[in-house]
Amino acid sequence: MRYSGLKVIKEALTGHKGWTPAWRDPEPKPSYDFVIIGGGGHGLATAYYLSKIYGERSVAVIEKGWIGGGNVGRNTTIIRSNYLLDGNEPFYEFSLKLWEGLEQDFNYNAMISQRGIMNLIHSDAQRDAFIRRGNAMILNGADAELLDEDQIRAEYPFLNFNDARFPIKGGLAQRRGGTVRHDAVAWGYARGADSNGVDIIQNCEVTGFRIENGTCLGVETSKGFIGAGKVAACVAGSSGRLMAKAGMRLPIESHVLQAFVSEGLKPVLPGVITFGAGHFYVSQSDKGGLVFGGDLDGYNSYAQRGNLPVVEDVCEGGMAIMPMIGRARLLRMWGGIMDMSMDGSPIIDRTHIDGLYFNGGWCYGGFKATPASGYTYAHLLAKDEPHPTATAYRFDRFEKGRMIDEKGMGNQPNLH
Amino acid sequence: MIIHHPTLGPRDSAEFVYLGDASLINRPDPTAETKAQDFHDYAYLRDNPAGPIRELWFHEGGDRSWLVVTRDTTTHEITAVEFARDVARKQGRSV
Ligand SMILES: Cc1cc2nc3c(=O)[nH]c(=O)nc-3n(C[C@H](O)[C@H](O)[C@H](O)COP(=O)(O)OP(=O)(O)OC[C@H]3O[C@@H](n4cnc5c(N)ncnc54)[C@H](O)[C@@H]3O)c2cc1C
Repeated sequence: MRYSGLKVIKEALTGHKGWTPAWRDPEPKPSYDFVIIGGGGHGLATAYYLSKIYGERSVAVIEKGWIGGGNVGRNTTIIRSNYLLDGNEPFYEFSLKLWEGLEQDFNYNAMISQRGIMNLIHSDAQRDAFIRRGNAMILNGADAELLDEDQIRAEYPFLNFNDARFPIKGGLAQRRGGTVRHDAVAWGYARGADSNGVDIIQNCEVTGFRIENGTCLGVETSKGFIGAGKVAACVAGSSGRLMAKAGMRLPIESHVLQAFVSEGLKPVLPGVITFGAGHFYVSQSDKGGLVFGGDLDGYNSYAQRGNLPVVEDVCEGGMAIMPMIGRARLLRMWGGIMDMSMDGSPIIDRTHIDGLYFNGGWCYGGFKATPASGYTYAHLLAKDEPHPTATAYRFDRFEKGRMIDEKGMGNQPNLH
Repeated sequence: MIIHHPTLGPRDSAEFVYLGDASLINRPDPTAETKAQDFHDYAYLRDNPAGPIRELWFHEGGDRSWLVVTRDTTTHEITAVEFARDVARKQGRSV
């Protein structure tokens, strides 16, 4: 069923009796050409592009819970393409361009809002670094704009410009960045994939791989064995746990990241802002809540909840740049499990086992990557060669010394 | 999280710096035939278990000792805390 304004009016007049479920709820078939493990944003996007762009019709997505219940439903919904390094920026800019056409493409309202993102500058050295980053963005076809203090004042008059320790000296803006309704991304991709014949199988956990003579023949699940021509792992924070079942150790640690939402307020924040001296970022949801977050808790975790020191640290960051936030009450907070890689960048690659593919290592920034991650993973699965924008996301980059380390932190996942 | 330091007693985990899996104590032999592969695995690959894990914490805001903490990554419960030097000595890695 195609959604349209006309359809909404027709249904309103006829008692909303004509709506059908957005996707089917099929039982698994004995085998598929492609089995994608994980019904998060990336898994569903992979299935969507595999069926739509690469014409594959025998595809299943296997999800242990319900689709969209993982990180795609837990993130702070920021999209942007403001990276520095060559391995990253073309990929994230490809993703941002896909976001720009996504709602028309999959006929679903994902509330994509290009309200702009502003990274604040607090020192001369930081300005130099941001100018360099802005130039790298422009060279890769993205947009970037350097603002001085007065220009920021015009847009965000309430910021704490004269803080003694971290005065605000300017900012790097990406006007095409913004926010998206994250659940709708999972639902839109699920509906699109389903209408192309993809089976979305929920409440079905992958418990093991059937591997014979170095070839993966399918997956063992809580609903029995499902055969597959190609198996595509795409489980974000569960990557280490899942791939251990195939005997693999990954350049990834799982860490918890927390997010916070305040009570609903009148519109105060037109775009997304990030503090450049500590770790704090904030936007305002369409319902009025301030959505904000900061650092990882910093230790390995699968618990989906964090501890109080980080709550304090994030709130201090908020008070430092935006003192009025102290008047808002916190409504909700939660945690999600991040697949933190050794250089802070993702992996989209074959494994050493034939027929087994891997997508993961998204750290705290994989939501913005959802369209491009799905597209390029589908490309790899269909053609057995990397998409031109994702050639750097290889397993062997650590061995070869080709890390993509935006922050220059080295192999310490909790510092990326 | 409270870490029960062997000599200083219960301490807030915020006083510590986290390094990660305690297998980092086991630096590979730099003269082995397989040294390149061994050091790659040592530096970049992790077990990353859901459940009990032994990991290195550094008491930066305290006595600057390295500890091996046994903690469950699904509940954050800490079940054992040892000095890393004792662990290393037991494995014959330190004097
Ligand atoms: C608090 C927080 C804030 C964030 N903020 C941002 C942000 O502002 N911008 C941004 O770009 N990114 C952000 N991220 C990161 C982003 O959410 C993730 O990188 C991204 O969602 C990961 O991809 P995914 O959607 O496919 O993951 P998920 O939605 O986690 O999907 C993985 C799925 O795999 C399933 N699964 C796991 N194991 C199995 C199994 N054995 N069998 C079957 N299924 C299995 C899980 O149930 C899950 O549904 C944030 C994350 C968090 C937690």
